[in-house]
Amino acid sequence: MRILNQVLAVTRLNILNLPKRIATSMVAIVGVAAVVLVFAAVLSMAKGFERTMTRAGATDTAIVIRSGSTSELASGLGNDQVLIVETAPGVLRDGGEAVVSAELYVLVDIRKKSNDSAANVPFRGVGSRAFDVRDSTALIEGRMFEPGKNELIVGRAAQSEFKGLELGAAIKFGRTEWNVVGVFAADGGVAESEIWTDVRVLQGAYRRGNSFQTVRVRLRDTGAIAGLKEALRNDPRLDVDVFSERQFYSTQAEGTSTFIRVLGYPVTILMAIGAVFGALNSMYSSVSARGKEIATLRALGFGPLPVLISTIFESTLLALAGGLLGGAIAFLAFNGLTVSTLSNASFSQVVFDFAVTGDLLLQGLVTALIIGLIGGLLPAIRAARLPVAQALREL
Amino acid sequence: MSEALAELRGVSRVYQKGKERVDVLHELDLDIPGGDFLAIMGPSGSGKTTLLNLLGGLDRPTNGTVTVGGAELSSMSNNQLSNWRATHVGFVFQFYNLLPVLTAQKNVELPLLLTNFNARERAERAAIALDIVGLSDRARHLPRELSGGQEQRVAIARAIVSDPTLLLCDEPTGDLDRGTADEILGLLQILNREHGKTIVMVTHDAQAAEFATRTLHVDKGQLESRAAA
Ligand SMILES: Nc1ncnc2c1ncn2[C@@H]1O[C@H](COP(=O)(O)OP(=O)(O)O)[C@@H](O)[C@H]1O
Ligand SMILES: [Mg+2]
Repeated sequence: MRILNQVLAVTRLNILNLPKRIATSMVAIVGVAAVVLVFAAVLSMAKGFERTMTRAGATDTAIVIRSGSTSELASGLGNDQVLIVETAPGVLRDGGEAVVSAELYVLVDIRKKSNDSAANVPFRGVGSRAFDVRDSTALIEGRMFEPGKNELIVGRAAQSEFKGLELGAAIKFGRTEWNVVGVFAADGGVAESEIWTDVRVLQGAYRRGNSFQTVRVRLRDTGAIAGLKEALRNDPRLDVDVFSERQFYSTQAEGTSTFIRVLGYPVTILMAIGAVFGALNSMYSSVSARGKEIATLRALGFGPLPVLISTIFESTLLALAGGLLGGAIAFLAFNGLTVSTLSNASFSQVVFDFAVTGDLLLQGLVTALIIGLIGGLLPAIRAARLPVAQALREL
Repeated sequence: MSEALAELRGVSRVYQKGKERVDVLHELDLDIPGGDFLAIMGPSGSGKTTLLNLLGGLDRPTNGTVTVGGAELSSMSNNQLSNWRATHVGFVFQFYNLLPVLTAQKNVELPLLLTNFNARERAERAAIALDIVGLSDRARHLPRELSGGQEQRVAIARAIVSDPTLLLCDEPTGDLDRGTADEILGLLQILNREHGKTIVMVTHDAQAAEFATRTLHVDKGQLESRAAA
């Protein structure tokens, strides 16, 4: 009880004294806030990216790609191979016709609305069944492109992010002019960042002959994937990998979110170390500013423990204030913020939202707390060990 | 005067300043009987504060023993010394050392946080102490709203609030004008005569020393009493 009284009293004195040390205290607070801000920014980016990449991932849709290709761009499939896939077991049939879409995509430069810089946008040639081999993807405005014509439909996210994709607009890629005839949505998924046209037209416009990159297949049911994999792997005329769409996207997302984290964690850790020094500095100056007060209290009979605890308390309080500040800024500035970034797997723009989630903020606060504890410990020990007689002389 | 309240036996205090040895006190003996009002004089740097710190358990002798009220300070741990200070000595400093963010009342209550008194008892006792020093009407003032003499009175109230037997005052009037100084010294005299406090007061002001019952001089690390001039 007495010790608690002492701790409370000394801590209260510390806090009452804080306004006098506002400048150094702010250094500590801002340092910690910056760490939590960067931490939350990086991780919310990774999280938002993962969310977007896996949202569109269905388990009853398969993607067939040339064996060993890590991305669609690196893949290549001939027309004859596409025909083999269409007749493979497990593929859903609709009136005798296989529900598949053989696709090919290229990257085109379009300027961003936000800063007018050019960005790579995936321009995908699809089959007439494109909407049937993708879940929750549908035209929301205009109409479907007509086969054989230079017409395209644009994803909703691409339309809002990039210039010149309004319905009815004409846009030029290279020497070919295209008309925007429709807008499609994909429930926030990655396809919304794309532009589509008839795959045959794309092959002609980009001199790809009769080649494709992927075949998207609607399966009879989720379980049919094993049979399809088996059949295609055993076919000597083919050399392909088969993934469920979910598997495919999450593999791609993994690369990028790992990339973001690999960049982000060291930056955060370096900044955290900086913030620890900021807190250390602030707390050392706090201890020396309070030297006379601490010495007086010790002369009156206060023990070293309350001095130690109150110093650590002050430091964690400052760090926590910084953490809350950084977290609040991160939440207000980033949460739901839509950005587009280069997906390193497809070398194309993916539009996604930052997700500043609760557990992410909690992690940020825990980080702040740790910074405060580490930054406060050594100064607290110094405060507790203050040679009283000497400190009283140095008034 | 057979039982001394405080006894110093063969006390030496040597400071190590880098490679240099500073011999401040040298095999010093001192008996302070209960009820004494002792003034210690000496030039600046002669070791007066050092002596006071040894008596108050803020510092340890290099050699020798310090015994106060039967307790041998040199054998106590730092924590024991803290607890001992809380109940056995009151310090009065030249620059008052009040906590600027606390009112006079709260400053005086501080030492009571080290006791088992509850909040109401603490407030009552602090009020009594402020009354003794004649500052009841300033209880809610912050130190910066008080004059130097008033601040020193608050500091004295703080020193006596937990009713220690020994008061150690280090140049308590060093920062005050003559008139105010005499008031403070008069107050110490009252505490000595009417409240039975044993007081050791360091000063280099001969007029201040006259308020004490006896005066000792620090000279070459030893104490000597000089015949009054
Ligand atoms: N911590 C210390 N380290 C080294 N020398 C010290 C220390 N404290 C005091 N001294 C020296 O001891 C001497 C006595 O100091 P002090 O007791 O404060 O004298 P006074 O109070 O009589 O002025 C001085 O010369 C001072 O410089
Ligand atoms: Mg001195």
